[in-house]
Amino acid sequence: METDWRRHAKNRLMTGLIAGAFVLAMIPLVSLVYEVTKRGIPGLSLEFFTADARGVVGEGGGAAHAIVGTLVITAVASLISVPIGIMGAIYLNEYGTGRLRRALTFFVDVMTGIPSIVAGLFAYALFELFLGPGIRLGVMGSVALSVLMTPIVIRSAEEVLKIVPNHLREAAYALGTPKWKTIVKVVLPTAFAGLLTGVMIAIARIVGETAPLLVTTGVVDSINSDPFNGRMQNLAVYAYNEYRSPGVFKQAAYDKAWAAALTLIAIVMLLNILARLVYRRCKTEIR
Amino acid sequence: MAQVDTTTNAGQLLAAASGGRRRLGDRVFSRTAVVAAVTILLLLAGVAVFLVSEGLPALTAGASELPEGKTFLDYVAPLAFGTALAALIAAVVAVPLAVGVALFITHVAPPRIASTLGYMVDLLAAIPSIVYGLWGIFVLGPAAVPVLKWLEEKLGWIPLFEGPASVTGRTMLVAGLVLAVMIMPIVSAIAREAFGQTPRKLTEGAQALGATRWETIRMTVLPFGRSSVISGAMLGLGRALGETMAVTIILSVSGAVTFNLIGQANPSTIAANIALDFPESSGLAINALIATGLVLFAITLVTNMGARAIIARQNHE
Amino acid sequence: MFKPSEDVVAEPKGQRAVGRGAKTIETRGVDLFYGDFHAVQDVTMTIAPNRVTALIGSSGCGKTTFLRSLNRMHELTPGARVTGEVTLDGEDVYAKGVDPVAVRRLVGMVFQQPNPFPTMSIHDNVAAGLNLNGGRIPKSRKDEVVERSLRGAHLWEEVKDRLDKPGSSLSGGQQQRLCIARAIAVEPEVLLMDEPCSALDPLATLAIEDLIAELKSRYTIVIVTHNMQQAARASDVTAFFNLDATGRPGRLVEVGATNEIFTNPSQQETEDYVSGRFG
Repeated sequence: METDWRRHAKNRLMTGLIAGAFVLAMIPLVSLVYEVTKRGIPGLSLEFFTADARGVVGEGGGAAHAIVGTLVITAVASLISVPIGIMGAIYLNEYGTGRLRRALTFFVDVMTGIPSIVAGLFAYALFELFLGPGIRLGVMGSVALSVLMTPIVIRSAEEVLKIVPNHLREAAYALGTPKWKTIVKVVLPTAFAGLLTGVMIAIARIVGETAPLLVTTGVVDSINSDPFNGRMQNLAVYAYNEYRSPGVFKQAAYDKAWAAALTLIAIVMLLNILARLVYRRCKTEIR
Repeated sequence: MAQVDTTTNAGQLLAAASGGRRRLGDRVFSRTAVVAAVTILLLLAGVAVFLVSEGLPALTAGASELPEGKTFLDYVAPLAFGTALAALIAAVVAVPLAVGVALFITHVAPPRIASTLGYMVDLLAAIPSIVYGLWGIFVLGPAAVPVLKWLEEKLGWIPLFEGPASVTGRTMLVAGLVLAVMIMPIVSAIAREAFGQTPRKLTEGAQALGATRWETIRMTVLPFGRSSVISGAMLGLGRALGETMAVTIILSVSGAVTFNLIGQANPSTIAANIALDFPESSGLAINALIATGLVLFAITLVTNMGARAIIARQNHE
Repeated sequence: MFKPSEDVVAEPKGQRAVGRGAKTIETRGVDLFYGDFHAVQDVTMTIAPNRVTALIGSSGCGKTTFLRSLNRMHELTPGARVTGEVTLDGEDVYAKGVDPVAVRRLVGMVFQQPNPFPTMSIHDNVAAGLNLNGGRIPKSRKDEVVERSLRGAHLWEEVKDRLDKPGSSLSGGQQQRLCIARAIAVEPEVLLMDEPCSALDPLATLAIEDLIAELKSRYTIVIVTHNMQQAARASDVTAFFNLDATGRPGRLVEVGATNEIFTNPSQQETEDYVSGRFG
């Protein structure tokens, strides 16, 4: 039997360790946000957002092409993933039975674990088969990202559809509403804010992806907004390239890399905060 | 059949509303849902099929045709070793930390701020890996140099810290630490959920017996959340195995197979190797890289399925 | 040619005289199952139009399950099955080729918990049946239906100035009357009510009972209730359900005029139940 003071000392020690673990875990977050802000600000300028990098050596030039690339690649990936993901969630929650439902649940879990670089290789292998080796297109990156995004969308959408109370569906059925209209006009509107939250979180997850794009969209230094023609680049790949091939004027390139990193963090945090705000509304709506 | 005198006949109404448009709408919509479900399965099957079909040429090719003139097995083995080593360091560091963080949020911190704290931890998971990579090489790496030096001097007799210590910080240890920061929120989120569900009657029962906070945690919360922590750890491990950019940027690679975590020469990982070599490769080298991707896919798949199996068994209980 | 059902729904009141709609429901040998569980056994009864029929009995005796089989809501539960025959004015609602959706247009339902659609305003909740099923219906006609239904549900005066507010902003009793308005807006022939007052306070309950008494002039009403006083007050006919033991199927013990059932039932178990000896 431990004596009392020993027990209390141990309690204090362990509580201290637990609190210490939290503080320790927060250090990287604080350091990261601080360093990225400090190092990112010098590179931020109007030019950074409006100019591309064509023919730029050293200072000057911007990431406009990477910003356009981020928007296009992410948008196309969302266009693929969001409808499939939400319809898949509707299948799981409203229709699914038996083996297909079980298989889908299981394999969506599997899909959430696919390494992002593997998704990139898949997209490359897929397009190479039809378009030949060495192919690089914006849409290839979107396909790779949609492999990562779809399971996130389907998972969050399924959770949200699950919390739409069944009595609302029954109320619609009792009015003589067909099932599909019940889903479209009652279930989805009730779940809307939650679905939107899920989509925003999913976009936040893929918007800063680098690895799958390294093998699919290539490197480019001028604006290209056509995902089906020519190379593309997002902000993350831009940051990586500025770091990796800084050329002669290293500091200028690093400044741009950090500026891109800062922009990315800002986008991701904004999406997360917005998603949180939207979700609050969703919770009051579904009761 | 009894004919009841009413202005509208029930049979007419039933017949009018049956069939036709309504049925069509339901059929179209439910089929669309099934198509979406099948598409997702096909997408995943496609990942496996295309990796196999594009990786196969490298698996069957002779050593002389492959990069570095090695057989595929000799090519992938050091990479797999590096992958496992980096992920292991990450898990060893992240799991205890994640458990501590989860306990702090669920059972130590004031409930009022718990969700905000949880949100801050989640933010760590939201930061893009490229940012972690830059932070690792420009901030953590340089900061780690004196620590690496110290490790070499004081703990050099342990093979892990054999040295000579890197002067840039681009070492396996630093890469593993950055991976640990990246996976900690994942493990922590799962542990948090489990700890938060510890039945109140258990914790209150322990407190009623005069248990201190730590004793309550040790006797009720930790046993209750044990399998969740294990499965969370495996999910985190799976994530660390496949994480690319942080390792690609931070690690200074040489292809060496070594347990020395603080040296200049480090084994690469499968993912980092693909990211580094793919853009400049062509021909069979591409196939070889895709084949290594297949190996990575298989390793993460097994790890994740193990984690899911633990979760499933636990839900069953 | 049959009329498209949308037109039937939106038809102005004038063209459909009072008493036109109510239908007779007959059930013959109805057995209800949830998977392997036999919930209700062999119910044969006739439910008369323009009457309030109360289904009473202890919990778990299958009265709600039986009620839900009348508008084919029972089969929405996964694994649920129905055998036997349910007819509406002689037409088998379970016949092959009959769309359950069509049955539910004719047989409306009000639930235990008031369940207005949270994303819709008061106005849109009442118009939900039209919006969800109909094609394009002119706004003026919609407003007409909304006002008529809300008046019919004794709610108009209370909400006419805030029709655009969400349905969930109303009190529980008002919400339930909103749900009744929503149900009668599609002009069903039969109105099923599953313990409509169990979530309400006594005053709101009284308001609903008054409403039920008035609605029976136009509808066949079936109401499930736990509350025997309510059955005695509000119904014309009472059907008593019982079950022999937990896990055994519920069955219809007897059905008769409400005052008969409560004063002079023919079965001993009914007597025991209504006199409060069990349940």
